[in-house]
Amino acid sequence: MQRTPPRRRTGPRTRTPPAPACPSCRTPCSSRCWALAACSPEETAAVEAHLTDCAACADEALRLRDAVGLLHPADSLDLDPLLRSRVLENCLGRRPARIPVPEWAGPYDAETAKLDALLRDMGESEWRAPVRLRWFENDREAGRTTTVAGVIGHLMSVDGLVATALGLTDPLGAEVPEDSPSDPTERTLAYWRTAVHEESPLATREPWREQSHALIRTVAFAGRGVAELAVPYGDFRLPLRDSLLERAFECWVHAGDIADAVDYPYEAPAAHHMHGMVDLAARLLPSALAVRRRAGLAAPPRRLVEAGTPGRTLHLEVEGSGGGHWYIALDSPGALGTPDRTVAHIALDSVEFCQLAAGHVSPEDAAAGQHGERDAIREVLFATASLSRL
Amino acid sequence: MDFCDGGHSGGGEGGPWMVNEAPPRWDRRMQQRLARGEAAALGELYDRFASLVHSLAQRVLEDEAAADRITREVFGYIWENPDAYDPKQGSLRSWVATLTHRQAVHRLRQAEAASALDCGADAPGPAEIEQKINAASTAARADYIVTSMPAPLRAALELAYFQRRDYRQTAADLGVTEVEARRRLRLGLQLLATAHNHQAGPPAPGRPATPPPPGSGYGRAL
Repeated sequence: MQRTPPRRRTGPRTRTPPAPACPSCRTPCSSRCWALAACSPEETAAVEAHLTDCAACADEALRLRDAVGLLHPADSLDLDPLLRSRVLENCLGRRPARIPVPEWAGPYDAETAKLDALLRDMGESEWRAPVRLRWFENDREAGRTTTVAGVIGHLMSVDGLVATALGLTDPLGAEVPEDSPSDPTERTLAYWRTAVHEESPLATREPWREQSHALIRTVAFAGRGVAELAVPYGDFRLPLRDSLLERAFECWVHAGDIADAVDYPYEAPAAHHMHGMVDLAARLLPSALAVRRRAGLAAPPRRLVEAGTPGRTLHLEVEGSGGGHWYIALDSPGALGTPDRTVAHIALDSVEFCQLAAGHVSPEDAAAGQHGERDAIREVLFATASLSRL
Repeated sequence: MDFCDGGHSGGGEGGPWMVNEAPPRWDRRMQQRLARGEAAALGELYDRFASLVHSLAQRVLEDEAAADRITREVFGYIWENPDAYDPKQGSLRSWVATLTHRQAVHRLRQAEAASALDCGADAPGPAEIEQKINAASTAARADYIVTSMPAPLRAALELAYFQRRDYRQTAADLGVTEVEARRRLRLGLQLLATAHNHQAGPPAPGRPATPPPPGSGYGRAL
């Protein structure tokens, strides 16, 4: 509806006056309420009577009644989200791209397209539907309620970190928080304060989508070196390739929040994309453990390990789509995780692991098979939940 | 599409509301990006048109797997032949719809011919098959017309014929006069009636209405 011109121009500029008369019988044509379905019973009777007398009107009425039969409610059939990658792969197999999208941007490309498809048919009331965002903070569940449009604004504000790292315009413009321009939470709160998402919720879709398309375009042109470009997230940084993977993960998680809010099914990422997301979380775990130790939330390491040497290890086994085996160094981010030094083992489903990392499942409730050192298991589960934020 | 350009189809012929539409810059830019082999442009093209392509193909073929296949073929064709689009002839959207329509009708004809062979003596006659193909083709063209018509006309039709509001309620819902509501319904139906004007040809309004010979043109090229 955004292309609808202002109200005063909405009348089609027909050559005919507003209510032309039937040329043969002079009955005002407007009383024929086209094709009858939209008339009251009395009017229908009057029109039917007129049509038996007037061939010109009857002709048109017949033609337009026939046209009504061509109206067909829009198919509720949704496009299979996996069709996109099959179609694009087929194209690129027939004619290789001269400017390809880097493989590490693939999950972000796929997840933003999937969310956009979910948004496509939403009406204004759905855009205003309340959405509960949940995460883990200081080992406790935290949450905040916004709307579908608020979630899109949140995604756009944090994606803006990647955009600005690439030299694109910051979507927050003058609203960038001065003290903490790259803190994801502060940026989101700054965006929400503008209340754009409350005033015209549908208007959040296009800038979000344009920015995500622009990110993909830009990394495709930027060449190989850009993968390691540092993207700041408040007090830490991620290389661009991980950063886009993290944004893909957030996009999926929040699309799931939106889908729940409007009672719609939503699919998990493709297995190889899911694998990348689990892998990123697993790689971040040793640092997350260290942060927890520094904050006094976890016990100090049992022994100091020289950087680059094997230390105590937790074997993280992720089952299902995109799963695999990861060996998490428990003593310090610099230590190596290795099967020989495994002191504990956790096994859980990939979606469950991602829900834990998103702060949607609490570490105590995560359905994980476990054996070995209980403290190590507990710390890794809590560290996984601590990866989440607003 | 400017709604005010929509008016001169008072006679209901041809649905020419896009005839004078200048090809938007997005269309030309997209064509250039596809031509230079930008994979990101291909993704954006898909995001914009996949649901149009898939739903038109689904409407003609009434088979999801077949519609998936048409979607693959149409995007494959565009990616390999971006220069086949002529912005002077109309919007990229109408070109994409034309390609889809032709390809879907082509596949439907193939499928009908194959099943006629299988059925032997019980097979439907050529006239019956042609009738079925025309009906499917018209239905898809009607869908395209509805999605392409100015939003106020579409909104009026949806209220009156899907939600079964009479024209007074429709007028109230839209916040327009009853005369205006009736005029929108009439104009909307007139546009829709133009779906009958072609015989299994291209659905794109504003393009030459010459239907391609069966199985030729884009259908074979794909």
